[in-house]
Amino acid sequence: MRIALFATCIVDAMYPSTARATVKILERLGHEVLFPAGQACCGQMHTNSGYFDAARKVAANHVEAFESVEYDVAVAPSGSCVASVKHQHPMLAERAGDAGLAERATAVGAKTYELTQLLVDVLDITDAAEQLGSWFPHTITYHPSCHGMRLLRLGDRQLDLLKTVGGIDVVELPEADQCCGFGGTFSMKNSQVSTAMLEDKAENIRSTGAGLCSGGDASCLLHIGGGLSRAGAAAGTLHLAEILASTLEDPAEAPSTTTGATR
Amino acid sequence: MSSTFVGMPTLPSQRGHGNLHAEEPFPQAATRELGNTQLRANLRHATHTIRDKRLNVVGELPDWEDLRQAGSDTKDAVMADLPAKLEEFEANFTARGGVVHWARDAEEANRIVTDLVRETGSEEVVKVKSMATQEIGLNEHLEEQGIAAFETDLAELIVQLGDDKPSHILVPAIHKNRTEVRDIFLQEMPEVDPALTDNPAELAMAARAHLRKKFLGAKVAISGANFALADTGTLGVVESEGNGRMCLTLPETLITVMGIEKVLPTAQDLEVFMQLLPRSSTGERMNPYTSLWTGVTEGDGPQNVHIVLLDNGRTNALADKYGRTALNCIRCSACMNVCPVYERTGGHAYGSTYPGPIGAILSPLMTGIEAEDNGSLPYASSLCGACYDACPVKINIPDILVHLRGEDVKAQHEASRVPTEMDVLMKGAEIALSSGKVLNLMEKALPLGRLVAGRDKKIKKLPGKLAGAWTSSRDIPAPPAQSFRDWWKKEGRA
Repeated sequence: MRIALFATCIVDAMYPSTARATVKILERLGHEVLFPAGQACCGQMHTNSGYFDAARKVAANHVEAFESVEYDVAVAPSGSCVASVKHQHPMLAERAGDAGLAERATAVGAKTYELTQLLVDVLDITDAAEQLGSWFPHTITYHPSCHGMRLLRLGDRQLDLLKTVGGIDVVELPEADQCCGFGGTFSMKNSQVSTAMLEDKAENIRSTGAGLCSGGDASCLLHIGGGLSRAGAAAGTLHLAEILASTLEDPAEAPSTTTGATR
Repeated sequence: MSSTFVGMPTLPSQRGHGNLHAEEPFPQAATRELGNTQLRANLRHATHTIRDKRLNVVGELPDWEDLRQAGSDTKDAVMADLPAKLEEFEANFTARGGVVHWARDAEEANRIVTDLVRETGSEEVVKVKSMATQEIGLNEHLEEQGIAAFETDLAELIVQLGDDKPSHILVPAIHKNRTEVRDIFLQEMPEVDPALTDNPAELAMAARAHLRKKFLGAKVAISGANFALADTGTLGVVESEGNGRMCLTLPETLITVMGIEKVLPTAQDLEVFMQLLPRSSTGERMNPYTSLWTGVTEGDGPQNVHIVLLDNGRTNALADKYGRTALNCIRCSACMNVCPVYERTGGHAYGSTYPGPIGAILSPLMTGIEAEDNGSLPYASSLCGACYDACPVKINIPDILVHLRGEDVKAQHEASRVPTEMDVLMKGAEIALSSGKVLNLMEKALPLGRLVAGRDKKIKKLPGKLAGAWTSSRDIPAPPAQSFRDWWKKEGRA
């Protein structure tokens, strides 16, 4: 299968190792991965901040980038960005009366999958150790990000895959379904409320005793990791793609919150 | 046209007035409320308890999703045909001996109610818990006119006696714990036993004794309504305590104030809504008291029955094609009970009668986004989506929040040409993120971020109000030496 990688802006710029891990997983399964060079961002930050005209320009760029190459499916290591591509891009175009863009955006959205959605629903991966050779001998906990959970209805796909990684110990996160408080510019506009939510999330993570918290959205992990780091917590965050890509021969290190810099 | 619809609102959509406004920007109000640790503890306990109860009773219905869809479809159909449904209700309510009054806004509704009470010669009214009368500030208005209004719902009574404001639409005293309630009773109920403890049963008995006298003496009652049935002209109130029923049956005169969006086509629709509402609001399979009344029955119950049909911005909301489903709300409060923002700030932070996620959309839809500080309300959400999942009539609150943020940005840009910090940030991001080439160029600067981060590889303080707000409680890891895009290119891959 030819798979187009939508890295997402935050992974591209801040967590390249997450995109590389995504490529590793897919290539290990024998698929061809391409990276449409024109891609930048899904525009969700603009949309959710009410800047629809700017958001439409960002979305149009995404649609163009993913129309310019031939592929079977597109994949992103983010539930939130995929939900934006699928749901918000057609909405932005329709609001501006651009039926053509709406149709094209819907077509691109229909071919776009969140990583575990692709792995489980399309590529039939149910056992990460067996089928991907995943090996990660650490205790982790897992935060299901809101948009993956409620907009894409990912259910337990991410958690189930993590549980099948070799050597891993996944401990349940109390109040896992509660938002971490990120919410894009919400974390700046309503920083105090966001922080109150983040503190509860961090406390729940600490209570598990796990050394790190994994999840499927780099943006939420940036937020959670930022809070843990500020609080001087021992735990850090790591995207699930890096755990799935980790093998006995080529293991991912269990990071502290600062290792975004070195990897 | 207008002459054939006597009494119908004939003006174009009307802005809502009354208690529908944030009194200060939400972030400012929220920050203050966050500092109240007693409030935080009370709210956390109360919202979590009610959440669990709701999940249990919703989980036991195999057709819950079908019920939600049916509720949503029914409401959509009513909104699409609202004038006809209201006239049908008016005709049937009138035929059964009731009197219909139309109020364009809060001022009109208050004036109508005041005149009706005056006509009875009474200077006191008892009240059934009602959001519509909170919305129009009826109690305050009556007081100014020399008429005393007594709340009879236990929690509303607590709020009224404490000279406080409701902070939740279903449990208005959710911000008070039982010790605080006891203190209010000891101070405000002259007849109460000074040895009153904070035992809930004792508190309820004290309230019961206090209220019983009011019920027996009252000549006029004022209520809201959960439903109005168009085909029979019937009104309905759903409650837990029976105090509402006392008010609905004992006095001579009954005046109901109801938003125009509460009308349902037929009695059969109650089949759906009476399953949705109690489960979503109190987490009960069935509420203890459901009272339905149709006009006047000679010799039984109130003989002087009125309804004030209230617009107060509802047609304004109805005119907004992206926001109008907010009018489908049945005031169950499930959205606020599951909202992580409401849980931490409480209802007072929203200013309006309608707090929480539904309030954050309903208030600005009714008043217009530019009214006072209501433009700040749609941002009071991380867009986590818990409210949409909990809503029994499937109002897509997150989508409407985003829509209203767009309206706010538009209104702000119309009001002022001076760019805000957010405008500048968004413009920069638009340029960077609308092209892979530009983003690639910007990413060449990532190593600079590594310099800023320094030896501990953390960025701990950024300048500006917005970025500074992020780093007020969160570190940012030092960026990588190269972007993924750059790495991919250098690997020579396509």
